[in-house]
Formats: sequence, structure tokens, C-alpha cells
Amino acid sequence: MRIALAATCLADTLFPGAPRATVRLLERLGHEVVFPTDQACCGQMHVNTGYYREAVPVIRNHVETFAPVADGEWDAVVMPSGSCTGSVRHQQAMVCRRAGLDDLAATAEAVSAKTYELSELLVDVLGLTDVGAWFPHRVTYHPTCHSLRMLHVGDKPLRLLRAVESIDLVELPAADSCCGFGGTFALKNADTSAAMLEDKTANVRGTGAPVLTAGDMSCLMHIGGGLSRQGTGVRTLHLAEVLASTREEPTPLPETTFSRPERPARTEATR
Amino acid sequence: MSRTFLGLPRTLRRPDDADARHGTPDEPFGPVPHPQEPLRWGDDFPAAAKQTLKNDQLRRNLGHATQVIRTKRAAVVGEVPDWEALRDTGSAVKQQVMAQLPDLLQQLEENVVARGGVVHWARDAAEANRIVADIAKVKGADEVVKVKSMATQEIGLNEALADEGIAAIETDLAELIVQLADDMPSHILVPAIHRNRSEIRDIFLARMGDAPPDLSDVPRELAMAARAHLRRKFLSAKVAVSGANFAVADTGTLAVVESEGNGRMCLTLPETLVTVMGIEKLVPTFDDLEVFLQLLPRSSTGERMNPYTSLWTGVTPGDGPQEFHLVLLDNGRTDVLADEVGRAALHCIRCSACLNVCPVYERVGGHAYGSVYPGPIGAILTPQLTASTGGVSGHHDPNASLPYASTLCGACYEVCPVKIDIPSILVDLRAREVDADRSSRGVDPWKTAMKAASWVMADGDRFALAGRAATLGSGLGGRDHAISVAPPPASGWTRSRDLPAPPRQTFRQWWAAEHTAPVEQAGTVETEGDDR
Ligand code: SF4
Repeated sequence: MRIALAATCLADTLFPGAPRATVRLLERLGHEVVFPTDQACCGQMHVNTGYYREAVPVIRNHVETFAPVADGEWDAVVMPSGSCTGSVRHQQAMVCRRAGLDDLAATAEAVSAKTYELSELLVDVLGLTDVGAWFPHRVTYHPTCHSLRMLHVGDKPLRLLRAVESIDLVELPAADSCCGFGGTFALKNADTSAAMLEDKTANVRGTGAPVLTAGDMSCLMHIGGGLSRQGTGVRTLHLAEVLASTREEPTPLPETTFSRPERPARTEATR
Repeated sequence: MSRTFLGLPRTLRRPDDADARHGTPDEPFGPVPHPQEPLRWGDDFPAAAKQTLKNDQLRRNLGHATQVIRTKRAAVVGEVPDWEALRDTGSAVKQQVMAQLPDLLQQLEENVVARGGVVHWARDAAEANRIVADIAKVKGADEVVKVKSMATQEIGLNEALADEGIAAIETDLAELIVQLADDMPSHILVPAIHRNRSEIRDIFLARMGDAPPDLSDVPRELAMAARAHLRRKFLSAKVAVSGANFAVADTGTLAVVESEGNGRMCLTLPETLVTVMGIEKLVPTFDDLEVFLQLLPRSSTGERMNPYTSLWTGVTPGDGPQEFHLVLLDNGRTDVLADEVGRAALHCIRCSACLNVCPVYERVGGHAYGSVYPGPIGAILTPQLTASTGGVSGHHDPNASLPYASTLCGACYEVCPVKIDIPSILVDLRAREVDADRSSRGVDPWKTAMKAASWVMADGDRFALAGRAATLGSGLGGRDHAISVAPPPASGWTRSRDLPAPPRQTFRQWWAAEHTAPVEQAGTVETEGDDR
């Protein structure tokens, strides 16, 4: 398949490891990945904060960048984020319609019909649960709210993780309760957000797993922020980074929650 | 209502509290005194939550109680094979009601009057309170017994009656606890959910007047004390005041569902019954009750069926109250109805399932919402009910902060028996606030940031530049790549969380270095050279 990657603005800028792993994984599975460089952001932050008007140009850019998928130029668009996929699916067209842009709304719907969150793409579209991964570590998984309740991915990510060779997957207590991120909620209601995070990090620590994984870097940034501050040493890795790992090319465990080996492959060599 | 002590924690008293047990009548039990406006009190949400979060006891009480109710609800909902279909039906019926509200209300009025009732229309709280007080006065009552009702909480009826020298006695156990403590309710269904058993015992001993001196904090004993206290009131009261869970337009029938039987006493013993009901509580036909009487108890108390369902239609000679008044309350509801998105908040059947699953409510408690309607439903209903006085858009109106009191995690929508898409309404209310604010000239850092971000994020090249600029900060985090101090507004974040330092290379820089895919644009290749 030819799959267009929507890297998401957050991961592109702050967590390049997640989209890089998505590329590595899909290429390993024999697919062609394209990265349309006109992309920037899906508009979720603006929409969720109530800035519909400011969201429109952002959404327009996303929709126009990925419009070729509606014409069959690519077979699918993949987003390594539950909340961004949720925004594409449930918000973009609504905001366009509100702005009186019915044509853009129609294109947005056509694009969203072929846009998948990573676990959806793997399980529903590619029909895989075993992606041939090897990851010999204890891992716990946080199902992010939007994957769970907006996209209804159910246990797809867990099925993918269970099929990983040598993984020690441990259940996260109260997994489905929100970590307290909520975008600007973490800033506007910082105290409440911190109280929610406290419970989440306590549960993560309780599993004894050195790795927390999830399908959304925004939630991982939040939980990771708490784990890093508490000096727990628990690392946060995107689901794609776990699934991309193989015996031949394992995903190394970062030294600390937020540290990453910076330059892989060619760029590393050129330094 | 409910199984009385539903979810109340067993042993939350810290050992060193033993002496605090013997409350005196003057002890201020209630953390929240009765506000002037039951739909708008206290600080805005972030500030109020900051206070309530400090109360560890409250958090433990709530954490335990909501967990118990959540589990019960999930179990009884899980055993209904057509639950989703029921929810769809409930939602569809409510949509129909909103679409035909004026006609259905008239139909209800005709049928109530035809069966011997009197119908009053109240535009706002003051009108409704006036109507009830006048009825009580005509009947010469200086005391009325009350069935638990959100509508009468919303209009501050008890305080209004007190001003006229009429005592309103709450007969629902949890409501009685709140009333005796001179407190405000913190939950729609379990108004004293923020109290544990020993606190309740203290309140009874100090305030009830006729509680046995050796009262323990065993739920059964507490319930028996309340029962003895209330029985005398039931037998002496001439006037009862209730709310309504449902009103059936095509028959004029009113319905109250409850667990304790106190409601049934109020609805049958006194000579005069006054029911105050929000105009949205209608269902078109008697058959529609079938849907809601399945949805409500399972969603609210986690019971298959509530113990008491009282239905009455006008006046039945020789049986029950011989005078019946129905007060139809607007109090901002027609404003809510006018909003295409927000009107779904009027579908609410006050089951409180959304409160019980809300991770925000569970941490901060009901009082932080500054309204008799707390939790997710409160966050969408309160601002809308008070919209005409700035509830959605007022710059310094605490209610305008409520739509932001959510992470949009969606747990509320998932459990709502009438499928109110609360997260979408929250977002829509945020947009209404932002739009109302556009004309204001003041400098709002959020507005400035959002506009700037919109410009950057609407274009791949501009965004690439911004990303490259960010990589200049890659050294900020030191060895562990974590930033632990940041200026406002990020300081709210870094008080309890680190931020990741930007990477030395954005994803698109890596891509440009690694791939030469056909869709790639020429300009991106430069980043490779940039890195060296
Ligand atoms: S909004 Fe829905 S879940 Fe919340 S109280 Fe109303 S009916 Fe129940």
C-alpha cells in the first residue's frame, strides 16, 4: 500500500521518534510511506480551545495536503495519534460547515474516511496483529481517552502488543481513567490536572514496568512529564516505537523519560 | 434517593479525629453557606477547585463513593442486551420533545387542568418561588415537606420560603443531611456524597434535635433516626412540594422515582401538593415512560428498578392530595432551547451517571462547580441557564469558566442514558465564549497565542521553520532532556510536570535526510546541510 503519514505537529516537533518508528514499521511490513511536506497540524488544539475561526486555515491546510488520498493517489493516511485522528474524524467537517465552507467540509469528510489511527491501520486495514516485533522489556499500556471513546479502538493496541515477541506486558490499574492532560486543560486547570496525573503516575509506577506506552504522544508527554519530575526513570515510548522494534534493529530503551538517541542511520554517520 | 447510604465510605475517620466527633449546634458543618444565586456562587472553577483539592477527606470520600456507584452501574447496564437501542430511543424521544415543546406543554396543561389540577407558568426563579409561597400562605401552612428536587434547588425555594416565614423540610435522607448541616448539595443524586458516616452522625447529633444521644455511625441507625424525625413531619404537614422526573403530555400524568419512600409520603399524605418542574421534563406519551423508567434507575443508582415510582394525574377525589398545583419553570431554559448545539443539555434526566464517571468531578467534588448542577452536566447546563446574565460570555462570570473544566475525555458521553454529547457541547460553549470575546479590546494572551499559532500551523513551510527554530532549544533540558522551570502559562505545567526539551532534529528534517519520496518538495533537502 501507499500510505501517507500525517506525523502530527506535536510529534514532528517534539517527539520525532514516534513518526520515525511509524515509517520504519510500515516500510518493514512492505508498504510505501510518503510524507507530504505541506502538512502542519490537524487543528485539534484550536478547535478544542474554542478558536473555530483560527482553526479553519489550519484545517484547510491539512485537508488540502491530504486530499490526494480521496482521489486514490494514496491508499490511506495514517496518524500515530488517537486524538488527532479523532479531530479529523469528528471535528474538521463540523468546523468547516460552521464557517460556511461546505465544499471544504465535504473534502474533509472524504479524507477522514481514509484516515486511520496506527492501530486501526494495522488491525483493520492491513489485517495484522503480529507485526513481527521483538521488544524484550516489561511494558504497561495506557489507552488514551480519545482512542478509547472517540475512535473506539477497543483492544486493538493490546492485541498488537500481546503479539510482540519477548514482551512482558503488564496491566495498568484504572487504565481507562484520564491522565488529566486535556490540552489547554493542563494549563487552565493545572491543579486539577496535576491531581489526576498523580493517580495515573502512581498506577504506572505500581506496575514496575520501565516502559509506558500509548498511541498518543500528547498524553505520553503529560504522563511522562510527571514520571520525569518524580524521578521514576520510567520511559515513555509510542506504540509505534515498540512495534517497530526487531531483533535486528531493536528500539533502544532511552536513558531517561524524555531522552532519545538523537541521530539514527545516515544523519548519525554524517556528523 | 437511592439505597440511602449508597457508596458512603466505611472508615475514613483518621484516628486522631476521635475528639472531633461531638459536634455542637454552633459548629459550622457546611463548607458552603447558601448562596444568593444557586446557579452561580463562589470563585471561578480553577480557583474553587484549587481549594477543594486541598481537602483530602473529601477526595477520599468521593473517590470511594463514585467508584462504588460506577461499578454498580456498569454491572446492571451490562446485563441489558438492548441498552444501546434504549439510549438511542431515549435520545430520539427527547429530541422530539424539544422540537415540539410549546405544543406539548400546552397539551400537558390542558390535561392537568382537565383532571382537576392548576397550572402556573413561571418565567424565572422569583416568579416560581412567589407562586409556591402564595399557595402555602393561602393554606395557612408555616411548614411544607419536600421531595428531593433539583428544580427547587435551582430556584432557591427553601430560602425564599424561609424569608416568608415558611419552613421547608427536606425529607430525602441525603438532602436532610445537607439541610441540617446548612450546607449545599454536591451531587445531583447523592447530595451529601461529600460526607462520610461519622460526619453524618455528628450532624444529626448536633442539629436534628431529636436524635438519640447514643447514636452510632452505623447506616441503619442513622436511617432510623432520620425516619423517626421525619415521620412526625409527614403526618403534620398540610402542604408538600415536589419536583418531577417526568410529565406525560398526552395524559397530564406526573412521575417521581425514588428509593426511600419519603417521596411517596409527601405525594400522598398532605392535602395540597405543589410540583415545580422544568419545562423540559416532558415526554409525549405514557408509553415513552417505559424507555426512561429503564434508563434512569440503572444509570443513577445502579439498580434494575427503583423501589418507588409514584405517578399521579391531577386530583383523585378521596385519594391523596385534594389540591394539585403544577408550576412550569423556564428560568433560562428557552435560551438553552434556542441554541442548536447546546439544547441537547435539556435532554438530561438528572441520573448523575456523568458525575460518577467524571475524573474531574471525582477529584474536585461538586462544590467547585459553584452551582446546584455540578459535574459534566453542570458544566454545560449552568453556563447556558445563566447565559442571559453572562454565564457563557461574561468576562468575570465564574460560570464562563465551567466549559473549560473538562479534559474532554468522553467518559460522560459514554454513560449518558440519553446520549448527550457533552464533550462536543463543552467545545461549542468554549467557541461561544471565544466569539463573544472577539469584540473586546483587552489583550488576552490566549487569543494572541491562538492567532499566532493559527498562522504558523496553516502552512507546511512556516511550520517547518518554527520546528527548526525549536530545535535550537534542544540543549535546554540538559542530560535528561527535561525542562522543569518555564514562564507562565507553562509554569502551571512545570509546577508538577517536566517538559521535554526539543529534539535536535524534527521529524521532517529526519525525513528530508532519509527519504527522497516523489511527493517531497525541493526546499526540504536543505535541512540536512543545516544539521551539520
Ligand atoms: S447529562 Fe446524561 S448522564 Fe449526566 S445527569 Fe444528565 S442524563 Fe445523566
